[in-house]
Amino acid sequence: MKKIQILGTGCAKCQKLATVADEAAKALGTPYELQKVTDLKQIMSFKVMSTPALVVDGVVKLSGRVPTVDEAKQLIG
Amino acid sequence: MKKISLSQFVLQTIAVVVAFVAWWLLYRNLSGLAAWLTYSAAGLSRASHLSTAVEFFIYESPKVLMLLVLVVFGVGVVRTFFTPERTRRLLAGRRESVGNVLAALLGIVTPFCSCSAVPLFIGFVTAGVPLGVTFSFLVSAPMVNEVALVLLFGMFGWKVAALYLGTGLAVAIVAGYALGRLKMERYVESWVYESNGNTAASEGVVEVALSWSERVQAGVAAVREIVGRVWLYVLLGIAVGAGIHGYVPENFMVSIMGRDAWWSVPLAVLMGVPMYANAAGIIPVVQALLGKGAALGTVLAFMMAVIALSLPEAIILRQVLKPRLIATFFGVVAGGILLVGYLFNFVL
Repeated sequence: MKKIQILGTGCAKCQKLATVADEAAKALGTPYELQKVTDLKQIMSFKVMSTPALVVDGVVKLSGRVPTVDEAKQLIG
Repeated sequence: MKKISLSQFVLQTIAVVVAFVAWWLLYRNLSGLAAWLTYSAAGLSRASHLSTAVEFFIYESPKVLMLLVLVVFGVGVVRTFFTPERTRRLLAGRRESVGNVLAALLGIVTPFCSCSAVPLFIGFVTAGVPLGVTFSFLVSAPMVNEVALVLLFGMFGWKVAALYLGTGLAVAIVAGYALGRLKMERYVESWVYESNGNTAASEGVVEVALSWSERVQAGVAAVREIVGRVWLYVLLGIAVGAGIHGYVPENFMVSIMGRDAWWSVPLAVLMGVPMYANAAGIIPVVQALLGKGAALGTVLAFMMAVIALSLPEAIILRQVLKPRLIATFFGVVAGGILLVGYLFNFVL
């Protein structure tokens, strides 16, 4: 089970990243769990400097921009 | 990172060059095209209010939108060279004066979204960027904005655009320096300094070397996102301008917002702070005010206050700054904007 986390305080780009990640994970077909992290202190605990950020199984894969679905597939898979 | 073949690279380069040439040819011929459409194709009589307004709109809309596409594309490509992490490394440990200037300049080219202002703030101060230098960045990043610059250039000429750029940078530099001098570190929420920062992990994560093809794609994506979001405001602004051009008598606003009304500048700043709009959204208003005889300094002050300072931003920053520091921050920046307003009204 993949654990996908979206870090962001709820701006438009964060929503977009969540949608893209969801779509990519579905396309990959692996079981996953998607969680949005909106609490600032929790976001900081991942040590990112720009949001939105994509975290897969506890590892920060991308921060500060929204990837394409294909790119997200590579990052998640 | 994907490798692309040589033939793909050649094709892409040709596509970019062709796009530039087509852009240039169209841009050069817009004026004649607009006149032809107005007087020949639509058959409007010359020198009527309606035809002046129509010609203005037909000429200005594609002109400003084309400039916007070009500049947003260029800035989008340039920004792939600057990540917040790289900017932080450039700023960490700088002396204040030099640091303030550098931070204000980097504010223009570093990708920044107000929703990540807080992680960025924490990232800067915990990495040893002085507080005042961090503020210079936070003022310059939203205020010196490529969309605002293009619109000012397209509608009021390069002098107004250059004035906006220069004074915007000056406000960011001076306000940041002043905040640094005030030694307000203790008004930063204590958990920020206890959070150990975020230096380690974010290094390396986003710093993948991009190919030129990817940088061009980033430019195209920026055009799609930014122009897609603001084109309607731009057209609205030009329509307002066209209306004024054709109909509304000039000097309508002179008594309220002209340069002789000394209180108009503080009033413009006071009105601007609680308002929140992006650079494009404010242009129709600016266009209307200027067209009706409001003084340039007053209008620039209003525009800067709306873009650079806002209540939502204050609420976001409250998570890391104590109220006293937020109030000082707003006060110092508003003071800087006020000076810019007066400067223009007296000098021009």
